[in-house]
Amino acid sequence: MSPHELQMLEREQNFGTSGGDTTDGKSQLDRRDFLKFLGGGLLVCLTPLPSFAQESGHAFGSHELPTDISAWLHIDADGRVKVFTGKVEVGQNIRTSLAQAVAEELRVPFDSITMIMGDTDLVPWDMGTFGSRTTPTMAPQLRNMAVAGRELLVEMAAQRWNTDSSKLIAAAGRVATPDGSKSLTYGELTRGEALVKSVAGDPPFTPATDWKIAGTPVPKANGRDFVTGKHQFPSDVVRPGMMFGAVLRPDGFNATLASLDTSAAEKMPSVKVVHEGDFTGVVADDPFLAERALKLIQAQWSVPDQQGNQGLFEYLKNSPDGKAEGADHAADALAQAIAGADVQLEARYTVEYIAHAPLEPRAAVAEWNNGKLTVWTGTQRPFGVREELMQTFQLPADKVRVLQPDMGSGYGGKHTGEAAIEAARLSKAAGKPVKVVWTREEEFTWAYFRPAGLIEIKAGARRDGTLVAWEFHNYNSGPAAIGTPYEVASKLIQYHPAKSPLRQGSYRGLAATANHFARESHMDEMAHALKMDPVAFRMKNLSNPRLKSVLQAATDKFGWTVAKSAPERGYGVACGTDKGGFVATCAEVAIDPATKQVRIRRVVEAWESGAIVNPDGLRNQMQGAIIQAIGGALFERILFGNGRVQNPLFSKYRLPRFTDTPQVEIVLLDRKDLPSAGAGETGLVGLAPAVGNAIFAATGKRLRSMPMTPDDNKLPA
Amino acid sequence: MGEMLLNVNGKPYTVNAPAEESLLSVLRNHLNLTGTKYGCGEGQCGACTVLMDGAATRSCSIPAAAAAGAKITTIEGLEQNGRLTAVQQAFLDEGAFQCGYCTSGMIMSVTALLRDEHTPNEEEILGAMNGNVCRCGTYPRILEAIKRASGHAAGGGAR
Repeated sequence: MSPHELQMLEREQNFGTSGGDTTDGKSQLDRRDFLKFLGGGLLVCLTPLPSFAQESGHAFGSHELPTDISAWLHIDADGRVKVFTGKVEVGQNIRTSLAQAVAEELRVPFDSITMIMGDTDLVPWDMGTFGSRTTPTMAPQLRNMAVAGRELLVEMAAQRWNTDSSKLIAAAGRVATPDGSKSLTYGELTRGEALVKSVAGDPPFTPATDWKIAGTPVPKANGRDFVTGKHQFPSDVVRPGMMFGAVLRPDGFNATLASLDTSAAEKMPSVKVVHEGDFTGVVADDPFLAERALKLIQAQWSVPDQQGNQGLFEYLKNSPDGKAEGADHAADALAQAIAGADVQLEARYTVEYIAHAPLEPRAAVAEWNNGKLTVWTGTQRPFGVREELMQTFQLPADKVRVLQPDMGSGYGGKHTGEAAIEAARLSKAAGKPVKVVWTREEEFTWAYFRPAGLIEIKAGARRDGTLVAWEFHNYNSGPAAIGTPYEVASKLIQYHPAKSPLRQGSYRGLAATANHFARESHMDEMAHALKMDPVAFRMKNLSNPRLKSVLQAATDKFGWTVAKSAPERGYGVACGTDKGGFVATCAEVAIDPATKQVRIRRVVEAWESGAIVNPDGLRNQMQGAIIQAIGGALFERILFGNGRVQNPLFSKYRLPRFTDTPQVEIVLLDRKDLPSAGAGETGLVGLAPAVGNAIFAATGKRLRSMPMTPDDNKLPA
Repeated sequence: MGEMLLNVNGKPYTVNAPAEESLLSVLRNHLNLTGTKYGCGEGQCGACTVLMDGAATRSCSIPAAAAAGAKITTIEGLEQNGRLTAVQQAFLDEGAFQCGYCTSGMIMSVTALLRDEHTPNEEEILGAMNGNVCRCGTYPRILEAIKRASGHAAGGGAR
């Protein structure tokens, strides 16, 4: 998948249209095999209705579904519930929160639920886990199935007791009469029967005000396995007879192979060299020997001169890749509005490429059995990786199975299946299962990056603080959250796709981080130019009550009205919205008078994304988002030139650490009257501008480039 | 290739591996103790932390041969008869993880810290833990877990 396709996917998700995946969505076991796999019990399936087409793309929106399993929910004879979803767990805690939603609607204890996730042979097709879509789309889908299952169980009990089903009560995995005289567990009701119910309609959900399991801080599912080392991550998978692979990498991006000599490696005992077209790799019994063999391969590469960090932003501005997005008919009116404004302000902001740096790098184990390829790998898109494998090896869907064990996260960085393809290639050649785990340097170099970008803003306001004009151009970094939430009469907002010198793609928060950094920094500049309090200026130009609520909540908790900045201590604020979440962030920074080093002392963040499904999981996401955002705000950046990444190691690429951790306070607003939105991403976007604004408040120095303090946290001279 | 004798989690193992192979690789790929993780291969992230004679050690950065003769403890060796250590329990109670990939290394580093210093102050905590990276950013929770576990340790031993 090309970077642009990745961005397209992200955009399509943001704008809520269906995906462009070409998969036919056929599940790989036929119905009889699937029921045999499950044993008897109640299987709740989905009838192909257009109402479900949105999330599941062509798989369920198309008309050819009858042979599909498409099963989402199974209740076995012991009352155990299996839930099937193509979404994957990467630390965002959906294994837990989705199970809570199902338990709530099905009226079963949380512990009775097992989530089957990301196994392409067992779960319905899914586009992937990104764009904060799981909570707003997958959770309702599964709740739908759970309500249907519950209704069927109640009907079964009513038939058995020859009574009116509307009088019966389902609770705690049982159906009972109101007086409790008769009661059967779900297991007793389904025992020995292979039942299939198809769901057609949209049954009413339990309102959040009545939730008993959803809405509570249920601890992480299988949490104990993570503190004992028992949980098997993708890189931990072991198969009988498994060998270890390593892959020869070019000397730089866009390199061509000039010469290759593998003879020394081939002489090593128990090492196999695999050379097919552009691909060269080795397989050995031991990973250390595989690495050693790889080092013995003599390869000469020709690497063309390429754009690096020097002059990057001008390069992006001058290298358009397609037409700008966003209306430009308003340009004349806008120019007039800016010219007529009492206060006019123009500035440019930049963000560098950064790496996802998931602590678990790309990893895969592949094996071939009777022409069927099975791959365990860490990916946010198991079905996308299946598609890549199908294309690479010219296989039909039923000959490729991808399994995704809960992985060492991704942050948008694991949409693609490089390691899966490499492991499959090597396994095919070796005739044995093969594991490939990328080194940190490989992950830094051969994965993809968060796009760098240039943002240019012109804005105008009346002296009373009314924003009247807003012109915003984003070059390359992306259109997510590019719009302004502030009321402004005249505006022009455009995203300009550019030819990126580096491979770029999805990222947690993606362009919303850059667009918020630029917008919220500029709003702060405007407030100062108007000699207004930055919060008052925002409030004056906001009408969205949800955004105003988080801004109020964050500033109240922070003590904004008494936070008076001084040269060594600054206070800043930012707010915004994306993907259905509303965030406001206040930051306190300290500046060391001697070293000029910036340290974030305290962050208060208020968050609202509708009804809270798991307050502890949500709080964890917000805390983590703030910490992760510190890296991109202050010091993370990819250094590159002439086709090479120059800092592809943790010793050269600074990550947020314990000593960077401020006091973090989270205020969660629970809107039980609103549907739950996803919360994995947007918690990041307020941190960088809040910190930049705090630095300005302390020092008068406006930092318009992320990262703001790449040189050892020091204020730039 | 050569034979070496390793003592891991109280058990002796004879391993046939290249002498320069890292302790991490031998633990994971020869002994199938996959709870210890690869993160960077240069001792910068702490995901591979194990105890050698009680001291936190980056297993990616030492050859397995150099660990012969030492008592090595991995994350799999902490739980005794189904009982978690105070540190493991504290991580669980605080929900001090997201993806959980750094958790083994974090717990081993904290275990070493609390063995040496039952009630570490902030400076000691940061000094012992700053080499461990959590990319999900759960540091605030891990700090809470350390406080909770150190309270336990002070109140009557680590177990």
